[in-house]
Amino acid sequence: MNEAVIAVALAWVTVSGTAVVLTSDPLRQAFVAGFFGLGLAFLYLSLQAGDVALSQIVVGAIALPLIVLLSLAKVRKDRE
Amino acid sequence: MSRRARLVFFAVAAPALAVALGVGLAGLPSFGSQLSAYARMLNELAPRQRHVTDVVSAISFDYRGIDTLFEEFILLAAVAGISVLLRPLSDETRELPADKAPDRAIPAPSPAVWLLAVLLSSLLALTGIETVTHGQLTPGGGFQGGVILASAIYVVYLGTNYRTVERFQPAPLLEAADGTGAAGYVVIGLLGLLAGASFLSNVVGLGGPGNLLSGGTIWLLNLVVGVEVAGSFAILAAEFLDQTAVIRTRRP
Repeated sequence: MNEAVIAVALAWVTVSGTAVVLTSDPLRQAFVAGFFGLGLAFLYLSLQAGDVALSQIVVGAIALPLIVLLSLAKVRKDRE
Repeated sequence: MSRRARLVFFAVAAPALAVALGVGLAGLPSFGSQLSAYARMLNELAPRQRHVTDVVSAISFDYRGIDTLFEEFILLAAVAGISVLLRPLSDETRELPADKAPDRAIPAPSPAVWLLAVLLSSLLALTGIETVTHGQLTPGGGFQGGVILASAIYVVYLGTNYRTVERFQPAPLLEAADGTGAAGYVVIGLLGLLAGASFLSNVVGLGGPGNLLSGGTIWLLNLVVGVEVAGSFAILAAEFLDQTAVIRTRRP
């Protein structure tokens, strides 16, 4: 059971990590990176690293998308 | 650098990286192996020595407290750097879009979004405080809780507009939180010196294991780190938001 959860987490991280690299549009990439971060948090949790999982959630789901989205908005505004 | 030179550089660097990585990975403990002697020792000692139930907190704020002190100052320096980089430059002005078209009001958000923001921001503030204050008991602590606290302000922006969120994040207050949080870590470290022990010694009463007030300086350090991180991430968001919403190139 334990191994199965870890296997699912590893597969999730592998697939979503590849998806981040293969997404070319930065706006979509920010969302795909969010799913990747969630997968990483799930992996840490399945390995019983609760503190690291929480840090990963707050950085991957709050800080990173916020900075990427606001930077994209700024770049777009300057182009207009 | 020409394409050929880059390829030559890559051909040399890639095998070197592969060898270094391979040697490093080969030295790792195998997957699912037993805990290291250090981990077993701390699992055994930390609850008895420091009266905590989350051993990770005891490591990062007590046994390895000095590392976390430097991490705090890395965050402080990073946020200070961003504030300097994202200030209005000499060819930029800081003005709301409304200043150009005073007859057009900012459209209000839909009631559903507004309600969601009200519920979510108060819930996030509560979760943030809970995560900060229970750092020595459950996973989480100052860093994680601080980011959650700052995200409550982000949600206010999502549900309202720039004018409203500006009132929620007065720059002097955020900067003071950032600075006093970082300085508080040093002050708590100095308590150890005052008590005649070494810097960052756990000299405050430890309390009963499992209680909200337990862990001595671990609890206090989580608190100051929470204040610093909440201030830092709120400044971070405010700086980026300013760039997007109100800082624009000055028209000649």
